[in-house]
Amino acid sequence: MDVAVGLPELVAEEVRESRPARRWDVFLQPNFLLPALVLVVLVTCALFAGQVAPYDPLQTSLTARLQPPAFAGGTSAHLLGTDKLGRDVLSRIIWGARVSLSVSLLVILITATIGTTLGIVGGYLGGFMDALLMRITDVSLAFPGILIALLLAVTMGPSFTTVVLAVSLLGWAPYARLIRGEVLKLRNADFVLQARIIGCSPLRIMATHIFPNVVNPLLILSTISVGLVILVESALSYLGAGIPPPTATWGSMVSDGRGLIDTAWWISFFPGMAIGMVVLAGNYLGDWLRDRLDPRLRQI
Amino acid sequence: MQPGQPLLQVEDLRTYFYTRRGVVKAVDGVSFSLAPGETLGIVGESGSGKTITSLSLLRLVPQPAGKIVGGRILFEGVDLLQLSEAEMREYRGSKISMILQDPMASLNPVYSIGEQVAEPLRQHQRLSGRKLWDQVTEALRLLRIPSPRERLRNYPHQMSGGMRQRVVGGIAISCRPKLIIADEPTTALDATIQAQYLAHLKDLQRETNVAMIFVSHDMGVIARVCDRVAVMYAGTIVETAAVRELFKNPKHPYTIGLLNSMPRLDRKTERLASIEGQPPALLNLPPGCRFAPRCYAAIDRCHAEDPPRVDVSGDHFATCWRVDAHREEDAAIPSVVS
Amino acid sequence: MNGSVEPVLEVQGLKKHFPVTRGMALQRTVGWVRAVNDVSFSIPPGETLSLVGESGAGKTTVAKSVLLLEEPSEGKLLFHGKDVMAFGRSELKDYRSNVQAVFQDPWGSMNPRMRVKTIVAEPLVVNTRLSKNEIRQKVLDLLRQVGLRPDQAELYPHEFSGGQRQRIAVARALALNPQLVVLDEPVSALDVSIRAQIMNLLKDIQTTYGLSYLMIAHNLATVRYMSHAVAIMYLGEIVEYADGDELFERPLHPYTKALLSAALATDPDARNDEIVLSGEMPSPINPPKGCHFHPRCPFAMDVCREVAPAVTYVGSKHKVSCHLYSEGSTHQ
Repeated sequence: MDVAVGLPELVAEEVRESRPARRWDVFLQPNFLLPALVLVVLVTCALFAGQVAPYDPLQTSLTARLQPPAFAGGTSAHLLGTDKLGRDVLSRIIWGARVSLSVSLLVILITATIGTTLGIVGGYLGGFMDALLMRITDVSLAFPGILIALLLAVTMGPSFTTVVLAVSLLGWAPYARLIRGEVLKLRNADFVLQARIIGCSPLRIMATHIFPNVVNPLLILSTISVGLVILVESALSYLGAGIPPPTATWGSMVSDGRGLIDTAWWISFFPGMAIGMVVLAGNYLGDWLRDRLDPRLRQI
Repeated sequence: MQPGQPLLQVEDLRTYFYTRRGVVKAVDGVSFSLAPGETLGIVGESGSGKTITSLSLLRLVPQPAGKIVGGRILFEGVDLLQLSEAEMREYRGSKISMILQDPMASLNPVYSIGEQVAEPLRQHQRLSGRKLWDQVTEALRLLRIPSPRERLRNYPHQMSGGMRQRVVGGIAISCRPKLIIADEPTTALDATIQAQYLAHLKDLQRETNVAMIFVSHDMGVIARVCDRVAVMYAGTIVETAAVRELFKNPKHPYTIGLLNSMPRLDRKTERLASIEGQPPALLNLPPGCRFAPRCYAAIDRCHAEDPPRVDVSGDHFATCWRVDAHREEDAAIPSVVS
Repeated sequence: MNGSVEPVLEVQGLKKHFPVTRGMALQRTVGWVRAVNDVSFSIPPGETLSLVGESGAGKTTVAKSVLLLEEPSEGKLLFHGKDVMAFGRSELKDYRSNVQAVFQDPWGSMNPRMRVKTIVAEPLVVNTRLSKNEIRQKVLDLLRQVGLRPDQAELYPHEFSGGQRQRIAVARALALNPQLVVLDEPVSALDVSIRAQIMNLLKDIQTTYGLSYLMIAHNLATVRYMSHAVAIMYLGEIVEYADGDELFERPLHPYTKALLSAALATDPDARNDEIVLSGEMPSPINPPKGCHFHPRCPFAMDVCREVAPAVTYVGSKHKVSCHLYSEGSTHQ
């Protein structure tokens, strides 16, 4: 049999060898390091709040009220100052990270799961199912999310669960849209046709062929969502529909400092900064991920 | 330019790509020449460097990774590699044009075809008004587009693939360049449309005496259209000859292998001879002749030293140690089975 | 040729019409794309039938219908004489195992996230109850047969060249021991020097296993090398059908002759009757009246504009649909 084996090893070997060298290099880019750093700090604060924070976030002190930050006239006892109840701003920010992170992780998990499932099922099966799912998605996207969240907060009473539910309600539709778009492209790919020819059931095709190939856009959207979720959660807290006091959340801290912007600016400023930095970090990380997960590379 | 001087003379052109994984020597020492009105074919497979060669001629190599690192490109006596970018722009579209493979990608969907053919005329010859549209119509007529004047306002999506490719040809010819580089212009077209298009290109050449460089992987197209052929492999030219001479009397083992591996249309082929292995990845090439790993005629020297360019007869060159050694004896290398 | 052997696959009067709809909510059908219009052929065991035609001719639709990826609007598919449309679940499964495919694009035909061993194993995993070990053995054996090494089974598709991927695709197609493999332009996307390798591989496997191929190709030289019979398609219909060499030695239909003359021979001195057609293939929504080819045909007569030609037999196995050859015609 004239089967020329030739030199396939030249191609394969080359690619394998050069891959390890390249992987390290990629993580050293500033585009990755800076946002990663921010998120590492965030996670550390969230996990080890008790150890990291200098004070109890709920501890009030009438004598230490409205202290400015250490570099603006205050004492080194309270680096970022205190709020109107004498609670240490820095500690509240650190503890607030825990709230923000747990809310976003939970929300992303819920929205990604629901959105991706609906996107894959609708995109692959098409027909009536797809049309129905798309109409539901459209409705979800069209509704003013904040109002729904407020409504929920009023009816169910503000709490951790309410916030997670409310933000999830807003968040699943973009996933569904995005994933469905990807699936529509994949559906006609030759390898999907091949799977049908082999006799794979639609369920198997969706799970083993479609899903692994939408992981990339899924990851990118999730990374960007971290910032967005924190933003929405903060907005809810600001409006009073978030997690109730005295729990320290960044949104409620910004809201508390509202009336004192001209005199005790630090109460709103620092939590606001924290929100901004996390949102930026999420966006930058998402961009970096999108660049790295170029279709040509096809792997994480 | 003096009479008898070639229109284009490329000497030892080198274009390298600097990637994270190393240097890819996409074009590594390519030399050829082209007379006015002549059609030169550049044949090669993927990785041969034929497309990068044609892009290098117009200095359109993708940057920053790609760089022309050496050689001379003498067009009408002027070394294009020494020109500034602004001076080079003067050449593109007016003295040298290019036709690419996919007409749908080459044409801007939001402009009419008249506008697109007019663009180089506006840019280089500063024409406008009646004179401009007359030239545009003439360009379309040269490509045998029926009722050109009525079609000026048509958009690309309103035309078929073959028609679009002719519009691309019209854009290329509008300023009456001396040279048109066509990179796989018919690969995306159906067989019967391809035949039409090539016939039109030949008519075009007859009427305007434009020289052409035809880049393709399809030997059949090359045989039909070209006067001379250069065969490229892994960044170098392995053989150059007049078209008839190349097909009847190939010398380089790659050319021979290529011709032998093509099934014949005019009679039943019992068994195709195939070339072992595949075209090499251009990173970290082994020393010596780049074709040696796949060559049925390779000797030790082929794996160690770069082969020289050997003058086989007059206008026929081959870059091969075996050809060098047996210049007088044709019996050394098995030739095409005919 | 042995006409008495039962064909593996027989297609009778296959039609596939796609509706053209208008409107968003309530979709009205305003026309039909007659992609395939009354196509009939049969494939004996161990032989290759090629469908040749330009884009829009309907050959891909025919292939998809054979693979059951499209449901025919009309017509019959007979597998060893039995009507496929009437198959129950288990018979369909059996048909599917017996009819596999190799597609044109070596890049898109494999899941980029699966290793080669998983890709080749999948047909076995889905359709058989073999143990993991048995499957593994079979996969390694298949890879060896197509010229790949066992250690390459661990790699991903993107780590191979185009030609090697086609080999993997062939290995996958063979996994279920099919009787018929649909080859959709199996070598057009490959480098010229690799094509011969793959064509030889396909031929060798055909001989070893007695496989039938339904091949779609546009390169006539490839078709001549690989095929036992050839059908030329134009606008959804077969306009000429003949055994391998017969079609190339004695082409009858003007379109066949045009295709042959357009097929550029790798010989600068080749002289062919240059038939350069004008115009393009019309849209299958509104085909021309009478013979679909008449607007482009250099030999069109009055009758061609009005009446669609019937199938004429010239010789025992050579069929052509053209008024030039119908009974009573004086032309020859």
